[in-house]
This record gives sequence, C-alpha cells and structure tokens, in this order.
Amino acid sequence: MTSAIQARGLAKRFGETAALTSVDLDVEAGTVLGLLGPNGAGKTTVVRILATLLRPDAGQAFIHGHDVTKSPDRVREIIGLTGQFAAVDDSLTGVENLLFLGRLLGKSRADARGTALSLLERFGLSDAADRTAKTYSGGMRRRLDLAACLVGEPRVIFLDEPTTGLDPNARDQLWDIIRGEVRRGVTVLLTTQYLEEADQLADDIVVVDQGSVVARGTPETLKREVGRPTLQVRPADGAQVDRVAALVSEVIGEHTSDGRVVKARVRDTAAMSAIVRRLDDAGIEVAELSVREPSLDEVFKQLTVTGAAV
Amino acid sequence: MTAITTTEEAPQVRRRGPGSAVRQSATVAWRQLVQIKHSPETLVEVGIQPVIFVFLFAFVLAGQMAGSREAYLQFVVPGLIVQSTVLVTARTAIGMNTDVTKGLFDRFRSLPISRTAPLIGRILADYVMLVWSVVLLLAFGMLLGFRIETNWGQLIPMFLLLLAFSFALSWASVLAGLLSKDPESVQALAFGLMLPLTFISDAFVRVETMPGWLQAVVKLNPVTMLADSIRGLLVGGPVGQPVTKTLIAAAVLLVVFAPLALRAYHRER
Repeated sequence: MTSAIQARGLAKRFGETAALTSVDLDVEAGTVLGLLGPNGAGKTTVVRILATLLRPDAGQAFIHGHDVTKSPDRVREIIGLTGQFAAVDDSLTGVENLLFLGRLLGKSRADARGTALSLLERFGLSDAADRTAKTYSGGMRRRLDLAACLVGEPRVIFLDEPTTGLDPNARDQLWDIIRGEVRRGVTVLLTTQYLEEADQLADDIVVVDQGSVVARGTPETLKREVGRPTLQVRPADGAQVDRVAALVSEVIGEHTSDGRVVKARVRDTAAMSAIVRRLDDAGIEVAELSVREPSLDEVFKQLTVTGAAV
Repeated sequence: MTAITTTEEAPQVRRRGPGSAVRQSATVAWRQLVQIKHSPETLVEVGIQPVIFVFLFAFVLAGQMAGSREAYLQFVVPGLIVQSTVLVTARTAIGMNTDVTKGLFDRFRSLPISRTAPLIGRILADYVMLVWSVVLLLAFGMLLGFRIETNWGQLIPMFLLLLAFSFALSWASVLAGLLSKDPESVQALAFGLMLPLTFISDAFVRVETMPGWLQAVVKLNPVTMLADSIRGLLVGGPVGQPVTKTLIAAAVLLVVFAPLALRAYHRER
C-alpha cells in the first residue's frame, strides 16, 4: 500500500476558536477519501493545511511522504486544489484560463495549449473554450475549476465542496468527471456536507464534527456500525397495535408507535425471529413486517452534534 | 504511531529561481492584459478619468488659478500625470482584492511557483495601463494647449520615473488589497487616501499660496516631489533635486510596504 496522504494529530486554532483539535488521516494512493461534516466542522481547515495554505499549530501531515510544513514546495509539485469557490478568472476564456496556469507552471506555449485543449475536451467544455468564463453556468465553472487544478498533472487533488450549489444534473456530471480522474490513478480528498456524495464517490469516509473525527470507515461499515436497522410492524387489525407494541418492547426493550405502525431499532437479527415467533404465538395477524437499513443521513445525524440539533 | 517514509521521489523542482520568477511574473501580467481583448472598455475606463480632469482643470479652474488656460495647463498637466499614477495604482488594490476574495490567490499559493510572481505580474500589467492613461492625458492636454518646453526625449526619463514611483506605491496598494474584506471597501479606502494625497500637494495649486504649516506637509508629500520632477522634465526648471527626492520617497515606500504586503500575502486566511 502506498500512502498518498497521512496526517497525525492535526490541530489548529483561530484566536479563541479551536478549528481542529486532533485529526488523523490516512489515504491510500488512488482512492477517494470523503471528509464529511456539517458547516464549520473543520473540513476546509484540514484541506488548507494539506494544501500548504495553512500551518497546523500541532501535528504533522505528509503528501506522498513530503512534509507539508517542512517541504511545501515539494508538496505543491504534486497537489491540485479546488477551493469552495470556483477560482476561475471570469474575464478570460476557458482556454486562456488553462493556458495561463500551464504557462505559469513552466510549460511551453504549445505544450500548455495542448494540455488546455485536451482538458477542455475531457470535461465537455470544448464548445465553450473560446467564451469568457463569465458566460459559463455554475456547473461549467466548476468543471473549468477542476480542469485548472489538473493542469499540473497532480497526483493528489483536494476538492473542497465541489458540488455545493449545483443542480442535480451538473452535480452528476461533475461526479462522473471525478470518477474518471480516480480511474486515471489520482488520489482524491473531497469534503462534502452531502452524505449522498460521500456515499457515491468515497472509498472511505471520515466524519468530522467540531474539529475532531467522530467516525471513520467505508460507507457500508458506517451504516452498519452506527445506524441500526429499523423494524416496522403493522398489525392487520388496528386494534391490536397496543399488544404488538408491548410485545416488541418486551423483546427489544424499546418501541415507538404512531397508533398504526410500531417501530423499533433492532440490535441483532435474532430479535427479528423472536418477534416473528412471539407474534405467531399470540395469534396476531400481521399486515406488514419489514426491516429497513439506515440511510447515511441517519448515521450522519446520529454522529454529528450539529446535525442532531437540526 | 505509524512510521512515515518518503514513498516516491517527487519530480525535480524546476519552477523556482530568479529566471522562472521573472517568467512567471510575465505570465501573470499577460493574464491581466489579455483581459483587455475581451473587455476593451477597460481602456476607456482607465483613459476617461485623465481626460475629464484635463478638461475640468483647463476650462473650469484655469481662469481663477492662473488667469489663462495655457498658463495653467503648463502647471497642472504634470500634476494630473501624478494623479493618474496614483489612481491607476488604486486599481491594483481592487484587482488584488478581487483575486483574493474569488480564491484565485489560494490557487496561486498552492502552486509550485515564485511567491512574488502573482504580485509583481499584476504591478507590471498595471504599469502598462498607467502608460496608456498618461499618453492619453498628454495627448488631450496638448490638444488644449499644453506644450513640452524642454524636448520630447524627456518623456523617457519621465516614464522611467513613473515606473519607479508606481512600482513602489503599488506595494501599499497591494497591501490594502490583501487586507480589505471586499472590493468595495478597497475602493472606499483607496479614495479616502488618494484624494488627500493628491490635493495636499502642489499637483494642482502652487505651494506658496498655502498657509505655512501646510506647506511643510505638502513639501513632504511624495506627490509634490513627483509633480515637481515632471514639471522640471517637461516644462523646465530644476530636475536633479526633485528627482532625487522622488527616488528617495519611492525607496522609502518600497522598504516600508513591500515587506508588509508580502507578509499579508503569506498570512493565513
């Protein structure tokens, strides 16, 4: 395994507020890490430290083994950054934006133009190449911004909330592009407030809240470990709801009822068969009995203090 | 604690050093100037102000100031050139702030390029705008009666002096641009500073007409020094002393503001 991003005990304060308390990260080369958390959780601070824009107060971070504070220039050689706002120059055309960065990075005129045109092509912007970026839609701007961060052929890219504010269509397009870059072997660290995005793109998820990591794992393990499946029972005879509720409570130890359906969060599958048996013994006819897996949304709300308050 | 090792050699660092810093600055300047192609109205925006001022001073103020339009133009055109220099420099601050607020500077800072190239490049591009506005100002001034009494060759040292002065003053402008929270506040700050700077000088009015205590201030104002230099160069009169003073003032501005601006640029945002 080649480690692309490693961080140990990253901490950062801004005046009185602790933006990060202690964050550890490990990202294997060629994978996608989703850094998930509500607004103000510290996601952007992590990205800015890893992208050499901020110095941590404590802790260390390495990009392909290069220390972000001790050899930032080495790190800058291999990273690409797209911030929360599309950092494109509105008064330049799409191709000029990329040409500019290519030239800045020392490419020859022809080389820079070649890179610019192929990136525009890859990102579906060829038709708009010669229009100024101010005429671009939100989705096009984001794509151009992403293209801009790839001009230097980075091995690791940081995407800070890449799809915030995009409509579903534009968002899907951007997701496809990100997946394409991952297939090309780029390592991605992406921050997002959207669980769906993390679920769709990330191999691993780290959930941060109030400056520290509150959970980590693959999307599947997070769902399994944190969220418990919900059992739903609806008796055929509405009058028997209370009996069902009592019975579920006895087996699982909790229940909620809306007078029609009884719900309970199950701990293990044994409880399920126990319920079925007990219902059968009691002679209660069941109209519906189901187990629903938790959504990442529920997991997220359970994990984050800010999320829970909403 | 996991052992942390360098897993692969990074590509050779090849984007540093003075040679590439110059090239990168030129690239940033190119980026500024190519914008003109897409919005040529910028040239009008930059050019309109000196033209309006020449008109205003030649027709509205000249009679009271010097009795005749021609006489006052000889005095005031050099002053207006200085005013243009100061105003174009204010544009640097606004553009700088736009880049910061839009995240372009974050991208620059995450690239393996010279730290000063984004700043120097913009200053260079704005110098081109300055030359344009001064050329326009001189042309319009001459149309209304301004005459170069020395010789045309003096324009060369004048433009070099403007370059030195605006380069130095630009760092103050860069600092303002980096520290302000949005382009509107830069604009407010720039005009709050630029107006007194140009009016409490001898750019438009002879220093002898002012109260004694103010004369002391006016004589210390770099705008006065630069205006006197340009008068000397284009209209005649002492050159050596005002030019020396201007260069010293520029050096002081540079020494004070360049480090502050660079610090603000590296400051964490």
